[in-house]
Amino acid sequence: MVNFELSKNDKTVLDALRSESLIARKYARQYDENEHEFPPDELPEAKDHPNFMSHMATRGAEDSGGSVMMTLIAMGSTWGDYSVRLRRRDSGLGNSALKAAGTPEQIEKWGGLTLAMAITEPGCGSDPSQVRTTATLDGDNWVINGEKIFVTTGCRADGVVVWATLDRSAGRAGIKSFLVEKGAPGFIVAHKEKKLGIRADDTAAYVFEDCRIPRSNLLGGKEEIPKGGSGGFKGVMKTFNMTRPLVAGLGLGMAEAALDFTREELSRAGIDIAYDVQGTTQSAAAAKFIELESAFEAAKLTMLRASWLADKGETNNIEASVSKAKAGGAVRDITQGCIEILGPMGISRAHLLEKWFRDVRITDIYEGTGEIQRMIIARGLLDYTRKELN
Amino acid sequence: MISFELSEEQTSVREAMQGFASDVLRPAAREYDEASAIPDLFFQQAWALGLTATQIPESYGGYGAERSPFTNALVLEELAYGDAALAVAAMTPCLFANALLDHGTDEQKQAHLAAFCGDSFHTGSLALSEPKPGFDPFAPSTTAEKKGSGYTLHGVKSFVPLAASAAHFVVIARSEDGLDAFIVPRDTPGLTVSETEKNLGLKALQTSELRLDGVDLPAAQRLGGAKGADVRRLINQGRVAISAVLTGLSRAVLDYCVPYSKERVAFDEPIAQKQSIAFRLAEMHMEIESSRWMTWKAASDLEAGRDATRSATMAKRYVAEKSMWISDNGVQVLGGHGFIREHPVELWYRNARTLGVLEGTATV
Ligand SMILES: Cc1cc2nc3c(=O)[nH]c(=O)nc-3n(C[C@H](O)[C@H](O)[C@H](O)COP(=O)(O)OP(=O)(O)OC[C@H]3O[C@@H](n4cnc5c(N)ncnc54)[C@H](O)[C@@H]3O)c2cc1C
Repeated sequence: MVNFELSKNDKTVLDALRSESLIARKYARQYDENEHEFPPDELPEAKDHPNFMSHMATRGAEDSGGSVMMTLIAMGSTWGDYSVRLRRRDSGLGNSALKAAGTPEQIEKWGGLTLAMAITEPGCGSDPSQVRTTATLDGDNWVINGEKIFVTTGCRADGVVVWATLDRSAGRAGIKSFLVEKGAPGFIVAHKEKKLGIRADDTAAYVFEDCRIPRSNLLGGKEEIPKGGSGGFKGVMKTFNMTRPLVAGLGLGMAEAALDFTREELSRAGIDIAYDVQGTTQSAAAAKFIELESAFEAAKLTMLRASWLADKGETNNIEASVSKAKAGGAVRDITQGCIEILGPMGISRAHLLEKWFRDVRITDIYEGTGEIQRMIIARGLLDYTRKELN
Repeated sequence: MISFELSEEQTSVREAMQGFASDVLRPAAREYDEASAIPDLFFQQAWALGLTATQIPESYGGYGAERSPFTNALVLEELAYGDAALAVAAMTPCLFANALLDHGTDEQKQAHLAAFCGDSFHTGSLALSEPKPGFDPFAPSTTAEKKGSGYTLHGVKSFVPLAASAAHFVVIARSEDGLDAFIVPRDTPGLTVSETEKNLGLKALQTSELRLDGVDLPAAQRLGGAKGADVRRLINQGRVAISAVLTGLSRAVLDYCVPYSKERVAFDEPIAQKQSIAFRLAEMHMEIESSRWMTWKAASDLEAGRDATRSATMAKRYVAEKSMWISDNGVQVLGGHGFIREHPVELWYRNARTLGVLEGTATV
């Protein structure tokens, strides 16, 4: 049956997360203003506070599925802060790639590490088929050369999944992913970026100079380059069907925080949000607020739809892109609109709204820009290949 | 738990409606719009689907299926994919029957529901909208004054669907108890039904204005008797219904634009290969999905008996805005051809603008 209500167990998990997020939020400004510091792995309050994830141990048939819960947890976490957590639990993007593409032995060996994901290069972002970083076989080693930028958790991660090409003339089919652990010779973490928002999040630039890794570090182990087609490329891109709804959730958590803050401030000013008054006759602030809140609901529902399909084991590539693109647009409209509603107090650094406005802006950029999501959706609708629509 | 899973029954109702929409509604849409009328044959065909009688309990003569606002929202989306005016027309008997089912006293149900369970088309209607700027259904100008043991109604109602053939109306008014509703037989002295209104869209659907000049009613005609009726719920049901209709309409627009833009060539390639067209189609799809889930969420609040004021209002406002945007783009994707009545996009454009401002024209 169609159901949009959380179960009792679902609520227990999310309520416990909410209380952790309230603590994390107290540190949000500090790590935003001190970009060179990393938030600690555990906040001081952690020792007196049980881990909300412990409630995920008891799940029943009437509870929401795992992927649905992960998107709701993503939202609940960033409602507190994008980067600060009571306890860090980042498994990086590279961990998703390892799970999707690694051999059982590789998953066993590296599953416990925090892994970043390095696809983007100075010369290519939206079109990863243009990766120029090379991997060359030399005896029992791969030798990697190239530059990677914008690597999330790049500084703190234990290792990274790197996209490199074995043969540029083979196009997409020649691109493989490699696992490089920190400390590999020739692997240099060049610097940490300074950003508009999500400043406490570490975003690194990497240089690989004749970086040597064992031959067995090729993810999935398939060294041959298939003739024609995309090879394993499409399979690798499937990782995004899982991560895109999560990215939507990360953005929506902050948008929800902005809405909650704005509603409270409006109410303090004597403006209540009434839903039983016609939009054309209610106050402009209330009408605008309901418009923003509806954008939030719509985006959240597309996120739940994409993750619900994932839980059912059904194809969700279009839905994942829909959720990412919807969230990418909604969170910008919402935070921009909340500032418009609150006026000068919205831009004051005495409040977090201006921070959320900066932080959410990444949602429509990484993991494929809004334009790239639209391209994926349009190709699906029109039954077009990348040749026909690009 | 979060779930988007339809029941087997809902899936099969949906499929049946898809068939009816493509076999009957879509082929007739243009002709009936041009004629500003719907022939009796259509009402008989729609009646045979049992849309109204299905959810009336057996004790009142119906088929006794569960009363389900959610399933009705599914039905409306599918029918409106065929044609919005005909979808609203086919469901108009429900406007009256569901109001009685949900809010009427046992006597009121006994008196009225059996007529909706017969073999031939029968309808009542709902009078909610009023002809004034910024009409707010929660604050109607129509009044019901207590007079002796009964009530006297004053006011003007507009856009009352199928008023010309309705045997009874549920009229929404403001009484000393707040929002109130009354069952008004069409021959009650003081009630006049106007000529058919001429509107921008939903042209096939005949609607009228109702004038209530001191319409005296016994207390027994108050919907829900001494307890009265939950008019908020009635308004919310209307909002969810309009959202469902507009979602179906939006889907029709996109499904028309996709093959058209793949065929139409400009500057040596199909216009669909231009990003400004392709991305527009992608956004239309995103908003159709969003519209459906917003509608479902509000419908499931109604289904569970929760107060749906917030979710229904958000759904209606959101879906109305997006369907306007989608149908606007539908015209643009076809260029000059979109402006010509040979294609349905201009009809959808008019219908979207019309439905977006309506209240109480459909129900779930
Ligand atoms: C904070 C942060 C964290 C990140 N984390 C990671 C990470 O962990 N790992 C990683 O590999 N990358 C990461 N990225 C990189 C991110 O995924 C890319 O920046 C993004 O995909 C866009 O690529 P680009 O910056 O090269 O922009 P470009 O590709 O140069 O795009 C510029 C503009 O052109 C548009 N555009 C491009 N192609 C098309 C097209 N075909 N049609 C229409 N418009 C088009 C884009 O939408 C965009 O608006 C991160 C970036 C940031 C800022």
